[in-house]
Amino acid sequence: MISVIRVRLVASLFLALAVWSGCSGNWLGRRKHRHIISIKGSDTVLPLVQREAEFYMLQDSVPSLEVTGGGSGVGIKALLENTTDIAMSSRELRTDERLDFKAAQIDIVEQPIAYDALALVVHPSNPVKQLTREQIELIYTGRITNWKEVGGNDLKIILFSRESSSGTYEFFKEHVLNKRNFSASALCTSSNGAIVQSVSQTPGAVGYTSLAHLNQAVKPLAVSYDQGQKYILPADTAVSYPISRPLYFIYARNGSEHALPYINFVLSERGQQLVKDEGYIPVN
Amino acid sequence: MKLLRKLAEKLMESLLTLSGAVTTAAVVLIFAYLFREGLGVFSESPVESRVVLAVHGSNPVKQLNADVIRKMYDGQITNWKEAGGSDVEVVPFYQSDITKYFSDSALGPEFANLPQCIGQLIDSMPGIIAAFDTSYTPAKFAGHYVQTDQVSLISFLSGRNWYPTAKPAAQYGALPLLLGSLWVCIAAILIALPLGLAAAIYISEIAQPRVRRILKPMVELLAGIPSVVYGFFGLMVVVPAIQRIFNLEVGETGLAGSVLLAIMALPAIISVSEDALRSTPREMKEASLALGATQWQTIWRVVLPWSSSGIAAAAVLGIGRAVGETMAVLMVTGNAAVIPHSLLEPVRTLPATIAGELGEAAQGGTHSKALFALGCLLFLITLTFNLLVEYLVIRRRRAAGL
Repeated sequence: MISVIRVRLVASLFLALAVWSGCSGNWLGRRKHRHIISIKGSDTVLPLVQREAEFYMLQDSVPSLEVTGGGSGVGIKALLENTTDIAMSSRELRTDERLDFKAAQIDIVEQPIAYDALALVVHPSNPVKQLTREQIELIYTGRITNWKEVGGNDLKIILFSRESSSGTYEFFKEHVLNKRNFSASALCTSSNGAIVQSVSQTPGAVGYTSLAHLNQAVKPLAVSYDQGQKYILPADTAVSYPISRPLYFIYARNGSEHALPYINFVLSERGQQLVKDEGYIPVN
Repeated sequence: MKLLRKLAEKLMESLLTLSGAVTTAAVVLIFAYLFREGLGVFSESPVESRVVLAVHGSNPVKQLNADVIRKMYDGQITNWKEAGGSDVEVVPFYQSDITKYFSDSALGPEFANLPQCIGQLIDSMPGIIAAFDTSYTPAKFAGHYVQTDQVSLISFLSGRNWYPTAKPAAQYGALPLLLGSLWVCIAAILIALPLGLAAAIYISEIAQPRVRRILKPMVELLAGIPSVVYGFFGLMVVVPAIQRIFNLEVGETGLAGSVLLAIMALPAIISVSEDALRSTPREMKEASLALGATQWQTIWRVVLPWSSSGIAAAAVLGIGRAVGETMAVLMVTGNAAVIPHSLLEPVRTLPATIAGELGEAAQGGTHSKALFALGCLLFLITLTFNLLVEYLVIRRRRAAGL
């Protein structure tokens, strides 16, 4: 008797398994859920998009949103492989990525959703207040190694950088370092938050971070892009800070119609107010 | 009735066989994939795909290696003399720099004249080294292309420079990463093994049953904490502590990674070696005690030798965890790709490099293949450790006549 029950149990278990796997046959395939919008990419854009998502989902009968980080490159790759609806990016598409999308016959839209200033931060105890772009380049390529060479104390400079999968890393290399390579002795961290944390613990440190991640534990430097005539602090809204960049939503022109209402929400007046509240600069 | 039971048994049996086969196939497939991708890097050129390098026609240099190219573009080599050429200043050029030399009208609508402009530029500057996309190759120019050395196994293993995103030519020298991994891992096991073994001996031989009942699950609970939490703990607590204790400029060091890895390897080491210690037959211990040996002598001379193979297994498990651990190490070791001279310097480990860079590496590109090659290296290290321990255990058993 017992064995009959057991056999039945096993049989019904297998039946249940078969039914379940039949229902979720689409599970491994392409994500064609209309009820979930998946957004992936830059850690710089992440907090803003999360905030926007929270407000967006307060409305009735809107799709739910899945927001994950990982770096601009990760998001763009996911978009190419059709595992996300929107890629967040803190840099423009590179030529090879453009060609990849072309090869995959995906028509791409690059929509700026906000501007972000990149702040150069040091430990609060550091007396250095300002640097020129040329000095920053020499520091980050490893040719200036002591703070006393730029008017500070006799202290070794500890460089903090981001991992190479970060859009912030590429932007910094392209626009601040004049395309030169980072010194090999630069310490790589995986997020803006980790940079702020590490710089706040290290007296000789210098790092770069998105303005939105700036807090009291670190000191932002004023930067000059005209050989030292005028130094500008990142928080100074009256003049335009030289190290700033657009943040993008990248998505396929066809096939992401269900994500459009959310993108429009981010670009709306309400959405752009949130941009301002989060410490970024609105697009218009 | 009987038939039904037989049928069910047969079904179960075939299911078990099937799952065994699936697991084996998965392991073999993963290895095959890993090594196919990883070994692919050794026939690749370090120059970006679809990009070529050209120089002025009078330039005698025909071949350059990736290191020299990077130094030219970084402004560290400024004269062709240093690269085996004539006494001319190096002018590095990317195709995106073209707007510095030509006006928009000269370039034409949609950069239609870009190829001709690149050709003119190369012919007009004797010291130029120009990197451009093959689709913008000038129809005719008097310069010639420069060849680059392929990535080789020797340059991969002995190269001291890891610049995977350098443009136009990347450098894949894995020596700093390899040494970083080994330093951190060996230090971790030197901390964890004595500590873990001591704790295991205490739990299995000395502790009261009541204490053991509390202690063992507690230790096993340590294994359940996600590694990112360890990493966070490390960044907030271990890193500042190390910075203070050793009075360092920066606390993100190999030592911080080793300490965290040691904590993470402890549960496996304690749990497995405690099981091994407890498997010592009661008669052996009692015989030893009956001969007048003290408890310590019994542990040292009877229990430890008896369970040595189990302890070795614990060490292997610990090393396996330490070598492959990614997240916690990524967060606390600083990840600077320089060759470490002591444990108190930032190091970059193999798994941290893979995790940190895979997101950006274009699939199928040289960079991603290089990362797979790092994965192969990691696998070979673990394999070597395992074989070494296995060999030691066998030798020891032979010596003991078991």
